[in-house]
Amino acid sequence: MAETMANGQSQTYVGTRTIRPDGVDKVTGRARFGADFNLPGQLIGRVLRSPHPHARILSIDTAKAEALPGVKAVITRDDFADQSSEFIPAGEMMMNYKDVVRNVMAREKALYEGHAVAAVAATSVAIARRALKLIDVKYEVLPHVIDVVEAMRPDAPLLHDDLFTAGVEPKPEQPSNIAKRVEIVLGDVEAGFQKADVIVEREFKTAPVHQGYIEPHAALASVSEDGATELWCSTQGHFIVRAHCARLLGLDIGRIRVTASEIGGGFGGKTVVYLEPLAIALSRKAKRPVKMVMSREEVFKASGPTSGATVRVKMGATKEGKFVAGFAELKYQAGAFQGSPVQPGVMCAYAPYDIENVKVIGYDVVSNRPKVAAYRAPGAPISEFAVESVVDEIAKKLDIDPIDLRMQNAAREGTKAAYGPKLGPIGMEETLNAIKKTEHWNAPLRKWQGRGVASGFWFNIGGETSASLTVNEDGTVSLMAGTPDIGGLRASLAMVAADELGVPYDKVRPIIGDTGSLGFNFLTGGSRSAFSGSMAIVEAAKQIKTELCARACKLWDLKPDQVEFAGGQVKALGAAAEKVKPMSIADFAKVAGKTGGPIGGYGRINAQGAGPSLGTHLVDLEVDPETGRVTILKYTVAQDAGRAIHPSYVEGQFQGGAVQGIGWALNEEYIYGADGKLQNAGFLDYRMPVASDVPMIDAILVEVANPKHPYGVRGVGETPIVPPLGAIANAMEAATGIRFTELPMSPPKVLKALKERGLNKV
Amino acid sequence: MAKHHIETTVNGDEIEFLCETEETLLDVLRDTLHLTGSKEGCASGDCGACSVMLDGRLVCSCLVLGCEVGGRRVETIEGMAKGEKLHPLQQRFLEHAALQCGICTPGFLVASKALLERTPDPTEHEIRYWLAGNLCRCTGYDKIVSAVMDAAVTMRKG
Amino acid sequence: MRYEAPESLEGAVALLAGATGEARVLAGGTDLLVQMRADIVDPELIVDIKKIAETRAVTEEQGGWRIGAAVTGAELKEHARLKQAWPGVVEAANLIGSTQVQGRATLGGNLCNGSPAADSVPALIAAGAVATLAGPQGKRDLPVEDVMLGPRKLALRKGEILVSFLLPPRPPRSSDAYLRFIPRTEMDIAVVGAGVSVTIDGAGTITAARVSLGAVAARVLLVPEAARAIVGSRLDAAAQQRLETAARAACQPIDDKRGTTEFRIDVAGVLTRRAALIALDRARAN
Ligand SMILES: Cc1cc2nc3c(=O)[nH]c(=O)nc-3n(C[C@H](O)[C@H](O)[C@H](O)COP(=O)(O)OP(=O)(O)OC[C@H]3O[C@@H](n4cnc5c(N)ncnc54)[C@H](O)[C@@H]3O)c2cc1C
Ligand code: FES
Ligand code: FES
Repeated sequence: MAETMANGQSQTYVGTRTIRPDGVDKVTGRARFGADFNLPGQLIGRVLRSPHPHARILSIDTAKAEALPGVKAVITRDDFADQSSEFIPAGEMMMNYKDVVRNVMAREKALYEGHAVAAVAATSVAIARRALKLIDVKYEVLPHVIDVVEAMRPDAPLLHDDLFTAGVEPKPEQPSNIAKRVEIVLGDVEAGFQKADVIVEREFKTAPVHQGYIEPHAALASVSEDGATELWCSTQGHFIVRAHCARLLGLDIGRIRVTASEIGGGFGGKTVVYLEPLAIALSRKAKRPVKMVMSREEVFKASGPTSGATVRVKMGATKEGKFVAGFAELKYQAGAFQGSPVQPGVMCAYAPYDIENVKVIGYDVVSNRPKVAAYRAPGAPISEFAVESVVDEIAKKLDIDPIDLRMQNAAREGTKAAYGPKLGPIGMEETLNAIKKTEHWNAPLRKWQGRGVASGFWFNIGGETSASLTVNEDGTVSLMAGTPDIGGLRASLAMVAADELGVPYDKVRPIIGDTGSLGFNFLTGGSRSAFSGSMAIVEAAKQIKTELCARACKLWDLKPDQVEFAGGQVKALGAAAEKVKPMSIADFAKVAGKTGGPIGGYGRINAQGAGPSLGTHLVDLEVDPETGRVTILKYTVAQDAGRAIHPSYVEGQFQGGAVQGIGWALNEEYIYGADGKLQNAGFLDYRMPVASDVPMIDAILVEVANPKHPYGVRGVGETPIVPPLGAIANAMEAATGIRFTELPMSPPKVLKALKERGLNKV
Repeated sequence: MAKHHIETTVNGDEIEFLCETEETLLDVLRDTLHLTGSKEGCASGDCGACSVMLDGRLVCSCLVLGCEVGGRRVETIEGMAKGEKLHPLQQRFLEHAALQCGICTPGFLVASKALLERTPDPTEHEIRYWLAGNLCRCTGYDKIVSAVMDAAVTMRKG
Repeated sequence: MRYEAPESLEGAVALLAGATGEARVLAGGTDLLVQMRADIVDPELIVDIKKIAETRAVTEEQGGWRIGAAVTGAELKEHARLKQAWPGVVEAANLIGSTQVQGRATLGGNLCNGSPAADSVPALIAAGAVATLAGPQGKRDLPVEDVMLGPRKLALRKGEILVSFLLPPRPPRSSDAYLRFIPRTEMDIAVVGAGVSVTIDGAGTITAARVSLGAVAARVLLVPEAARAIVGSRLDAAAQQRLETAARAACQPIDDKRGTTEFRIDVAGVLTRRAALIALDRARAN
């Protein structure tokens, strides 16, 4: 089985379907997630939230709540120092502490329904609930605005009177809800359109949606009398949580130790802080541990769903099918504070294609909704849905097979992407070919059934990563990583470590270390954790191998060039090989004390070269013409994984992303009433796909090695949610002849469209 | 009002606990008995993460009051493996990578076990509808369904 | 909050009648507990009726069937003979929630929760079911269509509980069906529900019918005009058309998060027709 890699490493585990090391704990209920931690003497923390989507907070009187027996602390805006305005990069997005401090606890105004206004810590849930009712908040209710286009109007209610649109010259004199205008330009679109034989222009609208992780946010904080702070929480990045909490609470980073619990899904939504600083502030005040868990309603109303958007796309192609110009204008809701994923939306819009002339403009717009957080390939599904729909229409107009049309225009190695770089090897053509070769592509369809295809692009990121390997006394290996494991990371890293060191996989025990145990780690996001983590592990393993070779030289009295590490052993080379027996890691472990002490390696890297991942999805669906109901019949995903360390977990990413995309396309949406309040803040009415809503999702692993990674790995986690929206809209068109431009394509909308055309009959 | 004193059986053990009327069985399991394998994803019956068996019936423990279970039989994920031996469903979930984050897994396992006890040879359709009250946001259900089918084969062989 | 689980009807009635604050019956709790969590209700007394034998039994009575108000969906599903006689009622009960919810949810709770979208109610009304109530003044019977007055409003008097439903005897060549519309396949509240019960003669002509619609008005509707539209027919295309028209005419729905007015009216016609066709097929097979 073992194949030999260029670096002389024998590969036994990478590429196989091992059992994940944390698996048994998760199938027995032993694994501890965010809400599963408890400390002696802990209090229960609860948050008072604004009932209004937009209101000035005139006063907050907490006296009655504080007087209630069992209440140990109450906090409000007064417990957080204001922060100056300063933008810092936060993964794929930007953030500003001036906004973060206002999002975790409203200051001058409540900016969305559910915005935190105060919090209490009490000896029981019942007392905490009662205490919330005793807090008297005086509001001056203000007019609100939810929709992005309405929020952009000059007469729209203004959320921030100090917000002036950035990115326009001259700087506007009036504040507005438009936080930023961004633009990318390649070539000359106007000239491009001149060359086009066919031009398609359409406007699209997508509804705001939520990541929908099943585990609500949870945090448990304990602050001692000397300010030493411990925090357990469900997060995608405990080092980031530490940084945010230190900043918001004026603490030294080194004073806070954050342990990431097992995390019950995040998809980008657990990359920011909500409860964590509140729990610490309450614990600091009460001098007792404080546990806080969001209800599902709070998760919907007060965490970070993604944008709803309005997108205009205009594309031109020659009659032979060459794309000659692509224009798009994207307007994304940011929620109450600036920072929508419009920038990545802009960058990805045309990224699957090689087009000479591209211009994409984006607007980041605030409105009275919870501040958006990342959601799997943030921003990209929206803009690429619009472009993939238009690509499909062009294929139709030109009577070219939609896969052939994509193939003809596919971005490939050397393509100059509109967002800047010249692309390395990427798998767009390979995924298109893979889809074309499936039986699915040629399977017969009946009336009211339709087939759709769409591709999707996501960059992926690398970033700061620390990980360690420690060889134990018996030769087993302890692996520590610093990015929370959401979907099999420990398995992947242990496999890489086992292959690097030539030890059996089950002798490597991986854990996720707390913030005191490793150097800084950026969060699990941007599809980076397996990519960067494995690079850090390779680095740590290299240190171990170098060290062991050095020890062998000493033991055997040989020169460095007379020994090598191969197949899990240090061997002498040449003539010396006859005289000394090769030593395994376990052999070195036994004599570690005598040869220089404990053996370990510590990878500290800033991973570069993540390499984009391209995917193409194929879907068959059926429409009930009398009710507008859509059934997904068959689904195939082909995506470039670079190299799949653990194929099952890579397939799982494809399948999970596809189903999230199905939900986004068909039924999921934030439904607001005229009062600006969310009407479906629960799973029942938010309508994520259940098991009976979807078929098996065929997953095809395409492997176009990433040259920048020692194993060829690319991030795979985010791309899968990009193509479904377009693929389903295209299949809807194939089934009904109607181009749906508004998501979700829920039954009332579908039936209305069919009825308008007299098609609502079997 | 004083707390209720309840005597019941959990995973075969006779247990006593005290609870308030408004506390659900899920609250009792997690907070009082420290059986945190049953998860709370919604507290409203929508996600199935809190699934347990009550007198042999699959229920959401978030929709049962603690004081209702006196004299009854409660089975949770913690009772599924027998000693060191995982239940075939647990084993197949691991082999099929039927979990990513794993928060939904206890609920799916308890619900799947209830299915296979009644329907030893379920179709894909039956599995999907039986499990429609268990939400999983990570896997897209594909590998979960495969794992249940495969476990059914193992269990039929005995 | 007090919790009582009496073993007799009299005990339950006495507790409810004597309550000073808000008192609630607890059957499966799948509505009540959710509403308590959401702070929609905060009862002072909870009376669990599951220990009362009359509420838990399914028995044959006068050629028909009596179903205890606290019998769960899962139990109904396992009752082969009931399912044979009233497939529409049982399938409606089985549409409620998930497998887990089925393990707890009851017909009595579905009706007494007072939701116009309750799935089993149109099926029960189409079936001509009668509800038996017990209260401080004794027992009385009410047709199911008269139990619910409006959203969360019932004809039950203080201290009264719903004990059971009586489904009438089935003439030969009769059957029923229930269909609902939801955007997903499971785990949704009905956007429209339609229950139809029919009896046909030897020639296949419909001699009697009842049609009921859910989620299209403030209460579940009995629609006699829709029944009239098909009695005397063999549900040919023209009769189907009349049925759809009559069903739509009866709708007075609202626009809400679950569906628009227009959508509900359109779909009500479609589902009524589809349910009638299924009921007819079943009747032919009986
Ligand atoms: C996840 C989920 C999904 C659901 N899906 C559906 C669905 O698809 N279709 C649907 O129709 N419903 C659905 N429901 C709602 C609910 O399950 C049903 O209405 C169910 O039938 C209620 O029955 P129960 O026994 O649980 O009622 P309970 O919650 O016990 O009671 C409901 C109400 O009726 C009163 N009550 C109960 N029994 C009596 C009685 N005998 N006499 C007087 N008053 C009584 C109670 O006091 C309470 O006010 C769903 C609920 C959940 C949690
Ligand atoms: S927590 Fe019980 S169903 Fe979600
Ligand atoms: S594995 Fe994460 S929700 Fe199912």
